[in-house]
Amino acid sequence: MKPPAMAAAAQDGAERHDYAVEYFVPRPSMWPIRTGIVLLLLVAGASLWLNGGEPGPGLLAVALLLLALVLIGWFRDIVGEGNQGVYDAQVDRSFRWGMATFIFTEVMFFGGLFATLFYVREISIPDLAHGLSAELWPGFKGGWPATGPGIDTPLHPMSWRGAPALNTIILLASGVAITWAGAAARSGKRTQLIIALALTLALGVRFLVGQAGEYHHAFSDLGLTLGLGAYGATFFILTGFHGLHVTIGATMVAVVLARTLMRQVTPTSHFILDAVSWYWHFVGVVWLLLFVVVYLL
Amino acid sequence: MAIVVGGEGVGEARSTRKGLRYWLSSTNHKEIGTLYLAFSLSMFFVGGIFALAIRAELFQPGLQFFNPVLFNQFVTLHGMIMVFAAIMPAFVGFANWQLPLMLGAPDMAFPRLNNMSFWLLPPAAVLLVASLFVPGGAAAGGWTMYPPLSVQMGPGMDMLIFGVHLLGISSIAGAINIIATIFNMRAPGMTLMKMPIFAWTWLITAYLIVVVMPVLASVVTMLLFDRHFGTHFFNAAGGGDPVLFQHIFWYFGHPEVYILILPAFGIVSTVIPTFARKPLFGYRSMVAATIAIAFLSIWVWGHHMFTVGFPVGGQLFFMYATMLIAVPTGVKVFIWIATMWRGSMTFETPMLWAVGFIFVFLLGGITGIILACAAVDIQLQDTYYVVAHFHYVMVAGSLFALFAGAYYWLPKWTGHMCDETLGRWHFWLSMIFFNLTFFVQHFLGLAGMPRRIPDYPLQFTEFNMISSIGAFGFGLSQLLFIYVVVKCIRGGPVAGPKPWDGATGLEWTVPSPAPHHTFTKPPVVA
Repeated sequence: MKPPAMAAAAQDGAERHDYAVEYFVPRPSMWPIRTGIVLLLLVAGASLWLNGGEPGPGLLAVALLLLALVLIGWFRDIVGEGNQGVYDAQVDRSFRWGMATFIFTEVMFFGGLFATLFYVREISIPDLAHGLSAELWPGFKGGWPATGPGIDTPLHPMSWRGAPALNTIILLASGVAITWAGAAARSGKRTQLIIALALTLALGVRFLVGQAGEYHHAFSDLGLTLGLGAYGATFFILTGFHGLHVTIGATMVAVVLARTLMRQVTPTSHFILDAVSWYWHFVGVVWLLLFVVVYLL
Repeated sequence: MAIVVGGEGVGEARSTRKGLRYWLSSTNHKEIGTLYLAFSLSMFFVGGIFALAIRAELFQPGLQFFNPVLFNQFVTLHGMIMVFAAIMPAFVGFANWQLPLMLGAPDMAFPRLNNMSFWLLPPAAVLLVASLFVPGGAAAGGWTMYPPLSVQMGPGMDMLIFGVHLLGISSIAGAINIIATIFNMRAPGMTLMKMPIFAWTWLITAYLIVVVMPVLASVVTMLLFDRHFGTHFFNAAGGGDPVLFQHIFWYFGHPEVYILILPAFGIVSTVIPTFARKPLFGYRSMVAATIAIAFLSIWVWGHHMFTVGFPVGGQLFFMYATMLIAVPTGVKVFIWIATMWRGSMTFETPMLWAVGFIFVFLLGGITGIILACAAVDIQLQDTYYVVAHFHYVMVAGSLFALFAGAYYWLPKWTGHMCDETLGRWHFWLSMIFFNLTFFVQHFLGLAGMPRRIPDYPLQFTEFNMISSIGAFGFGLSQLLFIYVVVKCIRGGPVAGPKPWDGATGLEWTVPSPAPHHTFTKPPVVA
């Protein structure tokens, strides 16, 4: 797509004074349908791969690559429009409503996963160890952490000491850093903004490195896998989806940093920084909750 | 409001040349609304073919046409397609067409995201239908996807799960768009409490979507992990529980049926005042009742699970919470009746559908209260009584309201009046055949006929025959609707800006058909 030409803004310029507000309606775009097609390829590839179909992994890889290209193309259009200054205060408010609501849906997604952890710990594991179920599974003691009555592999749960505790401090510190970035952007302190964003990004990457080390430790030292019953499944699904969200967040921070270096984030126009900041705080809060209920309790 | 279109004269040049690329790339809320409505209407017939296949098999006892596995695949796809690909997109189509017109906005808040929401639907439909042809066939566990069945099934189940993911992304994106549009794009002076009631019902529906759709995504993701990555979320051997799936699914599933009915309430609450020529009686109460229903709907999921072995306390909680929903719903019914009271009533096609809606939806609501009673539900769980109940609220509720809305706004969309005679035929045939199909299913259910089984004992034959005849009559009657719509698009008496003399709202201040861009100047809302 060609970058949108803003000359049309003047097409009814003569009557401009009549209008209280002007609203930006984007030109036709092929990115939405490209997204639809690429996602169809992606899930078709995934379905094939999961069921041992021959072209599955290849199709999946191609679709992921195309998805990245589509996202880059679509966001390049948006960034281009933003840089041309066609987004007024009303568009800015729409973006804020949109981002806030999107983060809320993410909260609900994690809500489903946390509810699962709560359910297996408080309802299904105790039930399996007591009453009628206990007659079915006589050797099962229950308690937490536990795998389940049908799994004999010994469970070595993760300790909160070491990397998880350090990661908690790292992520909290990164939250402070991105808040500092927001304050710096609003008061126009560009150097501080760059330092704060770089610090956030560095801490985010350090967190991911720490998590990778944790996974390595879990797999190779403790023999902990997705298949290791209630503990293994809930541990990996919660930390895994959180790690994925940190990766997305760190990518977003990197984009904001790049756009700051290109002087595209200004004291008056910094929706992207606020949006990324909200998102980053969201992944921080999820981690805090996760650290308490997965590691500590 | 001046519209800054990104590109030289794009707005005008586009309206003359409508190739394929034009429809694929549209960012216009009216065109995307049309796409949504056309898609949902075609999926309504695809889902309908599955329904007729089911009814053909059930016309007589014994196995005539389909083996039980294929029958269960039809049941599953019928449910999935009707809920996610027919009714939901139809309401989003109405929202797309009407919300900017009603709020005095130039378009939706995120026009490109709007187009993406639509273009995720055809891929999902392709996945669902194509899954019939993969080894093992389509998912056959019902639209509820309960494990352990859904953990054991073949690739069709994975395609269903991914289809649900795409549909979920689509409706979440659509809901975000609607929330931003309603909060941020209203004409100056239109406060929330001056908003048309249809916008209110959609605002509340959009919030229900963002609350429950991500939860559905999380539970089907866990299902996928149980199927392929060795987890035991829904397997007792690994400390999990199949009932956990039901809890999380119905945390989504129950609000989902309100997602399908709240916009229907909005349409009916718009149509009835028009043809009673009186303002909606108790607008504030209607808003409050809608919020109350939405709030209660996320605390009642357990009534789908009375037979899984809940403690009595849990059964009582979900039973009373469910019965409580009858209160705000009753408020709505009284509001509609009070709106008609001493009104100067006429019964054009949209009004027939709206009044018919009240009658049949009320029957579905009453059987809902009966089923809410845990002691009764334990007898009726998974019988045709439940099938009759939810078709009375889904077909006679959501679908009839959609028809009311379609006949009401088609003149605005096409510029022509619909064929009134054919519209009335469509209504009366649908009404008669609908009741023929589903009323007898109450008796079948009470007598103990289970659902999702292709065969039945001889004593159920008569009622099943009546139901099947009704279903084919109902299905054929819907072809009339296609004819009426096509006829309305191609010509007919010219509809002025306001074809219904009792109608109120900003959408009736613009010409019919509504021009490509509307409200380039913010309308004055007193």
